[in-house]
Amino acid sequence: MTKINTVNDLENLRNKILEDREKFRATLVICGGTGCQASRAGGVIDEIKKELDNHGLNESVCLRTTGCHGFCEQGPLIVIEPDNLFYCHVTPDDVHEIITKTILNNEIVERLLYTDPVSGNLIKTESEIPFYKAQDRQILTQNRQVDPCSIEDYIAIGGYTALGKTLFEMSPESVVQEIMDSELRGRGGGGFPTGLKWAECREAPGDEKYVICNADEGDPGAYMDRCVLEGNPHLVLEGMLIGAWAIGASQGHIYVRNEYPLAVDNIRVAVQQARESGLLGDGILGSKFSFDVEISRGGGAFVCGESTALMASLEGKVGEPKPKDVHTVIDGLWHKPTTLNNVETWANVPAIMKNGSSAFAAKGSKGSKGTKILALTGCIKNTGLVEVEMGTPIKNIVFDIGGGANNEKPVKAVQTGGPSGGCLPVEKFDLPVDFDELYDAGSMIGSGGMVVMDEETCMVDVAKYFLTFLQDESCGKCVPCRIGVSRMLEIVTDITEGRGKLEQINLLEELGDTLSHTALCGLGKTAANPVLSTLRYFREEYEIHIEEKKCPAGVCQELITYAIDPESCTFCGLCKKACPHNAITGEKKQAHEIDLGLCIKCGICRSECKFESIIIN
Amino acid sequence: MQNTNLDSILESRRSQPHQLIEVLQDIQEQHGYISEETMATVSEELGVPLMDVYSVASFYKSFSLKPRGKNVITICTGTACHVRGAKLIVNQANAQLDVAPGETTDDGQFTIEHVNCVGACALAPVVTENGSYHHHMDSGKLRKLIKSLESKDTEENSND
Repeated sequence: MTKINTVNDLENLRNKILEDREKFRATLVICGGTGCQASRAGGVIDEIKKELDNHGLNESVCLRTTGCHGFCEQGPLIVIEPDNLFYCHVTPDDVHEIITKTILNNEIVERLLYTDPVSGNLIKTESEIPFYKAQDRQILTQNRQVDPCSIEDYIAIGGYTALGKTLFEMSPESVVQEIMDSELRGRGGGGFPTGLKWAECREAPGDEKYVICNADEGDPGAYMDRCVLEGNPHLVLEGMLIGAWAIGASQGHIYVRNEYPLAVDNIRVAVQQARESGLLGDGILGSKFSFDVEISRGGGAFVCGESTALMASLEGKVGEPKPKDVHTVIDGLWHKPTTLNNVETWANVPAIMKNGSSAFAAKGSKGSKGTKILALTGCIKNTGLVEVEMGTPIKNIVFDIGGGANNEKPVKAVQTGGPSGGCLPVEKFDLPVDFDELYDAGSMIGSGGMVVMDEETCMVDVAKYFLTFLQDESCGKCVPCRIGVSRMLEIVTDITEGRGKLEQINLLEELGDTLSHTALCGLGKTAANPVLSTLRYFREEYEIHIEEKKCPAGVCQELITYAIDPESCTFCGLCKKACPHNAITGEKKQAHEIDLGLCIKCGICRSECKFESIIIN
Repeated sequence: MQNTNLDSILESRRSQPHQLIEVLQDIQEQHGYISEETMATVSEELGVPLMDVYSVASFYKSFSLKPRGKNVITICTGTACHVRGAKLIVNQANAQLDVAPGETTDDGQFTIEHVNCVGACALAPVVTENGSYHHHMDSGKLRKLIKSLESKDTEENSND
C-alpha cells in the first residue's frame, strides 16, 4: 500500500485514483451489508464477477461491494452508476440479464425496478423512490460510494482531507471550539454536547489520554452504528483521529459488539490499511501527531453501552458501572482522562471540520442540530435505515418514508429510544425528532431505534418485553435496578396473566419514579420509561387487562383462546399438521376444532393458516 | 481443548490481564464453549485470579460454559423481531426440539439460543443458524430449516 507522508501525497493519491477510474464506463454498486447478505447478496456478487469475466468487462466495468444502503426490505440491491439505475430483490439468476441488457445495451430490466406501492409506477432511480426522497442522507450517502474494505474508495471521495486540514490549519483548541459551535450532541442516547466533553477532556490534567468509540450497540431494534462502522469504517477512524488530536490523546479504542461479525471484520481491515498507509502510527501526514487504535469485541452485555461499564470491560473486567462523581473525561479508562463517543457522533466529525460548524448547525432544530440516522422497523411497509434532518416530525418518517402500516391494521404507536425510551401514540406523531421534545413527551431519541407498532401489538406486553430484557441485562450492582425492575416485571406479568389489580398501577408509577431517582447508572435511571410511557398514553389497555381480563390486541396468552372460524375454514389441514401439541382435530374436508385442554396458545396454527380462519377470542 | 490452539490464542497476550475478554472470545469462537480446564490455563497465563476469570466468563452473554450442540440456532428477540412474532419462532423451536432457549437437545444435535438483537431489524423476524442469517422467519420456515438440518445430519452419519 502507498505510504501517505504528507497532505500533498494524499491529494496526489486521490487524483491518481480518480484518474485510474476514468476507464470505467459503469459501476455496479451492490449492497453487501448484513441485511442484504441475509437476503443472499453473496450469490449475486459471485455471479456478477463470473459474468464480468465471461464478457471481458473487468477493465471497463467496476464492481463495488458496499455497506448498507438502508432499504434492507428490498434487498439485495444494485445501483448502476453513472445513471443510478436502481434494481431491487436481485437474484443470481437476474445477473446475466443485467449484464447483457443494461450494461452492454443500455436497456432497463423492468421487472427489477422498484414499484411505488401507492401509484403502482415503476421507479428507475434511487433518488425518485419516496423512501429515499424524504431523507437527508449526509452520512449514509457515503455508504454507497465506498467499499468498506478499500481505503482508496474513501480517499477518492475526499476522505482524510478533513484530518489534513485539522492537523495543519487548526489548533487543537480551535477544533474543540468548532465542535462546540456546531452544537453536535452525542448520538448514542444521552445527547450530551460533544464539544463540551472534548473541552473538559482536553483541559483535564495528565499527559496520557484516550478516545473511545462506543460501537456496543446493545439497544434491541437499533442498528445504525453497525451500518456506519460496517459500511464506512474509515469515516469513523477519521473522526477519532481528529478528536484524539483535539484532546491530546495518542491511543484510541473501538469497543464493538461481537454480534456484528461483519463490522468487526471491516473495522479490522480499515485499521490495518490506515496503519499501512501511515494514517495511523507516528507522525501522521508528516505532523508531530501520533495515534493508534485497538479493537475490542464486546461480550454481549447491554450495560456495557454505559461509559463506565464499557471502560471496565476494556480493562478486561466485569462490565459494571461506577458512580460518576468524577466524570470519565477526567478519570476514565485506566483512570486517565477519556473521551467516549458513539459511532455516529464520530462519523459526524469529519464533515464538521471540512464544511465548518455553521454548515452543520444550519440543519436541525433549535436544540438538536444536524441529521439523525434512525432504524425504522416494525409494522410498516418500508423498513430500513433512514437519515433525516433533526426536527423532522415523526409522522413524516412513519408515513412518507416508511409508507405507513404494512397490513390492514392501522398504526398505533412508535417506540423510540429502545429500553430507555418510550412508546408514543399516533396523536403525538407531530412531535419532531429532537432530543428535548421527545424527552419531554416521556420518550427519547436514544440511539435512534424507531419501532412502529399496530393494533396487533399489546402495549402491556411491550412493557413486559422491555422489563424482561432489563431484568435479564441488569448488572445487579445497585438495588433500585436489581430489585425495582424485578418487582415491576412481577406486577406487569400479573396484569398480563389476569391477576392484576387496579392499585398496582399506582405502585408501578411509584416504583418507576424511585428507580429514575435512585439507580446508579443511566440505564437503570431510564429503565422504567417503557412502563411509564405506556401508562401515560395507553392506560386504558392496562385497565382492560385488569378489569375485563382481556387483551384487546390478542397477544397476552393467558387472556385469550384460539378457535377456528367454520365459515372461512377450507379444511385444508395445514393447522392440524403444524400444531406441535396435537390440539387440532378434524378430518380432511371436515370441520376442524381446537381442543382447548391441549392448546397452549402458542399461535403457530394462526401463523400457518392461509385463510385467516384461526380467530382469537 | 488442544493445547496448540490455546497457545496460539494466548500468543502475545500472556501476562496481560486486560486481554481476558478477547482471549475468551477467541476460545468461544473456536471451541464453542469455555471449559473449567481452559479457564484455569487462561488464569495462569494472563495472571488473572481464577475467580475473576469465572466471574467474567459467567457475566458476559457471549460465553457458554457448557458444550453447545452441533447446530446452533439463534433466535433474535430484539424489539423489531418481537413485534413481528419472534415469540412464535421460539414456541416453534421449543415444541419441535423440546428444548428452551439456552438448552441443548439430549442427542447434542441442536442448541437453541436467543439474542437481544443481531441488527438486521428491517428483515424481522431473524434467525441465525450456525452463523448464517435467515430473514422474515415464521414457524413454518423454522420447521423446515430444522428438518433440513436433521436430514443433513442423518445423511452425514450414514456416510461415516
